[in-house]
Amino acid sequence: MRLVSKCATFSLALISVLLIMPCAVTHAGDAITVTSFGGAYTKSQLEAHYKPFSEKFGIKVNSVDYNGGIAQIRAQVESGNVTWDVVDLETQDITAACDEGLLETIDLSSVPAGADGTPAAGDFISGAVHECGVGNIIWSTIIAYDKTKFPGEKPSKLADFFDLKKFPGMRGLSKRPNGIIEYALMADGVAPADVYELLSTKAGVDRAFAKLDTIKGSILFWETYAQGPQMLADGEVIMTVSANGRIFNAIVKENKPFAIIWDNQIYNMDYYVVPKGSKNVKNAMKFVMFATSSQALADQTKWISYGPVRKSSVPYITTYYGTSVSMKPHMPTAPDNFKTALANSPEWWADNQDEMIKRYNAWMTK
Amino acid sequence: MSDQTSQITTADGTPLKLSLHRAERAKKIRSFIFLVPTLTFIFITFLIPIADMLFRSVHTPEVRALLHHSVKSLQGWDGSGLPDERAYHALAQELKLLKKERTLGKVALRLNYEKSGMRSLLSKTARKLEKIHEGPFKNKLIGIDKRWGERETWAVIKLLGKRFTITHYLSAFDLKYDVDGNVIAQPAEQQIHSKIWLRTLWVSLLVTALCLILGYPVAYLLATLPLRISNLLMICVLLPFWTSLLVRLTSWIVLLQKQGVLNDILVWIGIISDENRVRMVYNMTGTFVAMTQVLLPFMILPLYSVIKTISPDYVRAARSLGANPVRAFWEIYVPQTVPGIGAGSILVFILAIGYYITPAIVGGATGQLISNFIALHMSKTLNWGLAAAMGTTLLAGVLAIYWLYNRIVGIENMKFG
Repeated sequence: MRLVSKCATFSLALISVLLIMPCAVTHAGDAITVTSFGGAYTKSQLEAHYKPFSEKFGIKVNSVDYNGGIAQIRAQVESGNVTWDVVDLETQDITAACDEGLLETIDLSSVPAGADGTPAAGDFISGAVHECGVGNIIWSTIIAYDKTKFPGEKPSKLADFFDLKKFPGMRGLSKRPNGIIEYALMADGVAPADVYELLSTKAGVDRAFAKLDTIKGSILFWETYAQGPQMLADGEVIMTVSANGRIFNAIVKENKPFAIIWDNQIYNMDYYVVPKGSKNVKNAMKFVMFATSSQALADQTKWISYGPVRKSSVPYITTYYGTSVSMKPHMPTAPDNFKTALANSPEWWADNQDEMIKRYNAWMTK
Repeated sequence: MSDQTSQITTADGTPLKLSLHRAERAKKIRSFIFLVPTLTFIFITFLIPIADMLFRSVHTPEVRALLHHSVKSLQGWDGSGLPDERAYHALAQELKLLKKERTLGKVALRLNYEKSGMRSLLSKTARKLEKIHEGPFKNKLIGIDKRWGERETWAVIKLLGKRFTITHYLSAFDLKYDVDGNVIAQPAEQQIHSKIWLRTLWVSLLVTALCLILGYPVAYLLATLPLRISNLLMICVLLPFWTSLLVRLTSWIVLLQKQGVLNDILVWIGIISDENRVRMVYNMTGTFVAMTQVLLPFMILPLYSVIKTISPDYVRAARSLGANPVRAFWEIYVPQTVPGIGAGSILVFILAIGYYITPAIVGGATGQLISNFIALHMSKTLNWGLAAAMGTTLLAGVLAIYWLYNRIVGIENMKFG
């Protein structure tokens, strides 16, 4: 509304000089700023979402990179100067940001049906349509290993990561507890469905750390996600926890002899959200709906190995850009990969991360 | 007549003294005006943020503002037994309201920093309360979740209902309030911060010492060698200084890792066998090697600028008066370089104590320093209060070191060049 009235005043002032004057302010508003994680991931969004959106609606998309988290969104909303119109947010952050009232709510009825006509509610995988955002991709925490280091039997299950007798050698683990605690419990025989329930008890957490204790002496800890595949390539570790997209890149683009253990993968989603107080809410929402359509989500898989959150996108998945590598088997959601998957619980992490971070760090330096 | 001779005046008749005074004042004002941008800049970018940080570390406005009535009705509660129906009623009403206004998250997040699980307890309770319109609420709340029947839950709300608390400072040192308001240690498996503070201090001190031992001879050579060679040497010092930090760190990893260059050479020479390669990175060794290399120029440059000004005559005089080389160096030369040693050490130490990228990348399990936790709480857990408390403690530590230095060496002795 403010934009309109500003526009009107502006026009009136000019009409006194010229008879007809186009309203310049509306043109300046025909651009939105989309913030994401940069690198290959933003490239995939640029090709599959930003460019087609600009072509279709004539709205320019400015791309901005950030490192995740909601600190910057909070700072923008609290200072009343919101410059980001759409943000790509990870699962654990959308809950906190939504709780804090930092995001515009989504009109759930305006989420379009799938390309095959399935209504949105049945088309998106569970949790992908959030009251504060719409899901975009699925990425997974997985175990990657170097095939050349296993001349005989190759590891195939999560339990093999914790089996030093069968597969001796160093393992790479993240310095953050996210995913690691869950892995320890599942390797100890807990079914994915029971993991978070068990972790909500002290005995469950103790059990996870006891399992981690069994491999403590054979772990190298890494700080950034780039370090995992690097340690694997350098031969410093024979297996490492990593993200599926990174390992896919190493295999396809750099021809590394790596393989992925999909057993008990822990999957997360990224969401498109609109910060509260964005100056272009209408266009931002238009973008969110466009970018999460069946075709747009499927197109993204040409550029990166993250899975679409819509079931109706699957038939449109083709090959990796510039190669003949079929993308379907590399998707976290491919049936063979998804059997024993665990959905990351942002709820549980939001409640317990402070305690877990402290305990994990204490354990790390023990 | 006599008046005119005793008072010297300027051309326009004003007394010279007054005129000079005015000119002096105008000059002062003019130079102050030149300083205004700098002072404003320092005020806005330095003093205000520090004041804000101090304030944030003790300020807890959320619970007091949003759960106003609940906090008020808890004032009379002595902490023994459960609060009365009044408190339950007030809390139920306020939770409903907060849910409607979408501000529940702020309170829930703040309470959760103090007691894990409070966040989901509040949102779950608020959700279920939407269907409950009639009191009494005490039994109904306990029916929703049995934690409402525990003293700890209410103690946390009462504690954070105060305008200012030191809970973040307690947390920064692995302490907390118990249900009766006494300060106690956190459970053993959660104790991490004290350990990290000590490690940060220890790493910084050792890196400073290493830099001094390695930097002193280099600075000496730089200052005493012929210009042609010393220029070349200076480039060797500055070139890595200008190289990107991440490039240098990656190079260290390539050199030091188990399958790295150094280990390969050692195996090839036959000093170690292929099975017994030495781990030199992703542990403390890696941290010390990389941090020392990165911070070395900050030691060398102030030392060099001081050593450069020392006349060789003093050592020569000492020698001619019969001192042996060691004594001449130790008693005559070294005391003259103390201002440089002081400046370099303080600089390296202060930089080291706030370092975190380097230890994080090459330090492995032991590579977490206190700044890592500050960054974590700033960007990941969003516990800005705790980050502020840690930052303030770090600042206080640096000021304490500075004070100590001033007492022992004297700050007026410090020379950067």
